[in-house]
Amino acid sequence: MNPRLRWRKFVSNFMLTMTGCCALVAVSVLFFILGNLVYHGGSSINWNFFTKLPVPVGETGGGMANAIVGSAKLLLLATLFGVPIGFLGAIYIAEFSGSKIAFVVRYSADLLNGAPSIIIGIFAFSIAVHPFKHFSTLAGGFALGVMMIPITLRSTEGFLLDVPRTLREGAMALGASKWKTIVTVIVPAAYRGILTAILLAFARVAGETAPLIFTALGNSYWSHGLNEPTASLPVMIWNYAISAYDDWHRQAWAAGLVLLALILVINIVARAILSRGISVPRA
Amino acid sequence: MERHFEKDLNELKERLLWMGSLAERAVHQSVHAVLEADEQLAKRVLEEEDAINELQIEIDDRVVQLLALHQLMAVDLRLVLAVSRINNDLERIGDQAVNIAQSATRILRHPRVKPYVDLPRMSELAEEMVRNALNAVVRRDVDLATKVLATDDQVDHYRDQIFRELLTYMMGDSSVVFPAFELILVAKNLERIGDHATNIAEDVIYLVQGQDVRHPSVDRR
Amino acid sequence: MHASVRQAVSVNITPPVTTAVSRETAAPAELRMSISKVNFWYGPKQVLFDINLGITTSKVTALIGPSGCGKSTLLRTLDRMHETVRSARLEGQILLDGKNILDQDVTQLRRRVGMVFQRPNPFPKSIFENVAYGLRINGSKLPMAEAVEKSLRHAALWDEVKDQLHKSAYELSGGQQQRLCIARALAVEPEVLLLDEPCSALDPISTAKIEELLVQLKDLCTIVTVTHNMQQAARISDFTAFLLNGQIIEFSPTPQLFTKPGDPRTEAYITGRFG
Repeated sequence: MNPRLRWRKFVSNFMLTMTGCCALVAVSVLFFILGNLVYHGGSSINWNFFTKLPVPVGETGGGMANAIVGSAKLLLLATLFGVPIGFLGAIYIAEFSGSKIAFVVRYSADLLNGAPSIIIGIFAFSIAVHPFKHFSTLAGGFALGVMMIPITLRSTEGFLLDVPRTLREGAMALGASKWKTIVTVIVPAAYRGILTAILLAFARVAGETAPLIFTALGNSYWSHGLNEPTASLPVMIWNYAISAYDDWHRQAWAAGLVLLALILVINIVARAILSRGISVPRA
Repeated sequence: MERHFEKDLNELKERLLWMGSLAERAVHQSVHAVLEADEQLAKRVLEEEDAINELQIEIDDRVVQLLALHQLMAVDLRLVLAVSRINNDLERIGDQAVNIAQSATRILRHPRVKPYVDLPRMSELAEEMVRNALNAVVRRDVDLATKVLATDDQVDHYRDQIFRELLTYMMGDSSVVFPAFELILVAKNLERIGDHATNIAEDVIYLVQGQDVRHPSVDRR
Repeated sequence: MHASVRQAVSVNITPPVTTAVSRETAAPAELRMSISKVNFWYGPKQVLFDINLGITTSKVTALIGPSGCGKSTLLRTLDRMHETVRSARLEGQILLDGKNILDQDVTQLRRRVGMVFQRPNPFPKSIFENVAYGLRINGSKLPMAEAVEKSLRHAALWDEVKDQLHKSAYELSGGQQQRLCIARALAVEPEVLLLDEPCSALDPISTAKIEELLVQLKDLCTIVTVTHNMQQAARISDFTAFLLNGQIIEFSPTPQLFTKPGDPRTEAYITGRFG
């Protein structure tokens, strides 16, 4: 075998190994993180964790109940705010607008999506906190909602455009107005994709910390209603992790595990829904 | 599954059979006009000639339309082609009947040449051939059609017999030449009617079996 | 066919009762739709030139011609489906029962003029809901079950699906789906039914079933169909229009167009000597 051929073979094998290793690293990072969380935090996951409020340093038996409820409230608010805007906006650019407006909206959504979450937090602060002179759950929900908008909009738009033109024509030929067609045929045809889009947006903002620092802030106790600051899982993790207390460190690990587990489950469910098939078969 | 062109095919068959009935009647009436010296019958045959000719045109139009509009295959195609041929034979039968009727009007001006013996037998055979041929079409009966083919020889035989007999009469008595000659023409016309009935029978065999039985001497490979 | 033995003919025989011809040869009767001086553009490009055409009530009118001749475009103007394309522009007049369709509300128009498309396009719903769709969105107060059954019977599909009305429409075969689309269109009782190459995506047996269906549907509504299969036009239509490069070259009763066409271009097309 001549030297040139030998060299080529060596390069080929080297690259194969290198790329394989990188792929392996990419995959194993997830498992590494998961493993770390389970190792450090698994022991702290107990009934107290889910039901008790945080207790002062030195005492044991505290939990993160308020953070869990707080996160739930924040995410619910974010969904109620961000999803309808994203969804209806997607309907607009998919069905009604001309290509120029659609281009502008899409581009803006992509830029918004790429904006650092801390900037979103400052923005929400200036709108929802500063004028009212206090932090609140509402403001936190608003900040997270703003982040959900571009994800929901782009994904929904994609799934709406996937619905074949023939279905629209069929409905219109029966005398359905454009809006009726959208509501009775197009959205039902794309519902799986849209549901997935919402779940993925949800999972994405569930773990955001920076916006919440400026808006919901945090709370050691229960937060009542929507106008008070509230604790949330990501912020609690941050607070506890940079503290000096071991107990709090362990709780932070546990919270991290819970958060990641939640996000993973949502992701898996979302992809399962999508893989059950698009509602419209290829003809 | 019934196709809508079947209605058109059925109508085509009905028109053909109607034409057949008219042709059959024309033969019957024209022959009896001769045998019974009945001028009224002869007139009626001449009046009804138009109906037969109109039907020929109508049937041809229907055939063209069916072929152009419906891509007929197999038995449907053979049916339409058979109808087209039978159509022509029926019209010729009608023409022959008219000729016989015209002869009848001329014959009755003279006294009868001789008692009619062979002529009624021949005409009965010819009528039977036409009737059987048409029945074979209706029932798609190959056996009946074959029987018609076999009868043709007998009809030809009668024609020859009548020729010889009448020739003898004409040579013996020159006053009977006119009517005898017309009678020979009548016999000739009846023989032609038999030939056309034979053609119809051949068409039936083609329709049913897809076999072309014309001209057995022609080599088919 | 009576196969009885025929008697020796008596003098009096009665003629059978037959129709003169089973297709339209006389002058057109009432016109359900009439198209006059229609010109059509997609953007700067003109695709239909001075179209004048009358659609006779309760008859099947077929539009034939080579690809790109404008027959589908013309069909789609009849229920204003061309308006779904932004660059489309129409000039001229299209009347339905004497009134210009371009002046009417388009959703009302599309209840009176229905359309069936080339590829079956049932909705991702059950068979029942597909047929009921048109009725529901038009706010019909009729009892749905009866209306759905009636439409499915008219589309010759009832017997095949009567026990599975709740099943998804996508579980039907291609031919059944297309008949479902026909049933769906018929449910709103349109006066005119437009069919754009309804059989081109189907196998020969499904095609035959739908052709027979269309011949029977004439009594219910006026039918206009586009087909690239001119034999199909010959088989089922009463009137045929031949289009070429956006113009109507010839429009005649079908028997006449296919046996004695007036224009040499028509003859070249139907004898397959085109191109």
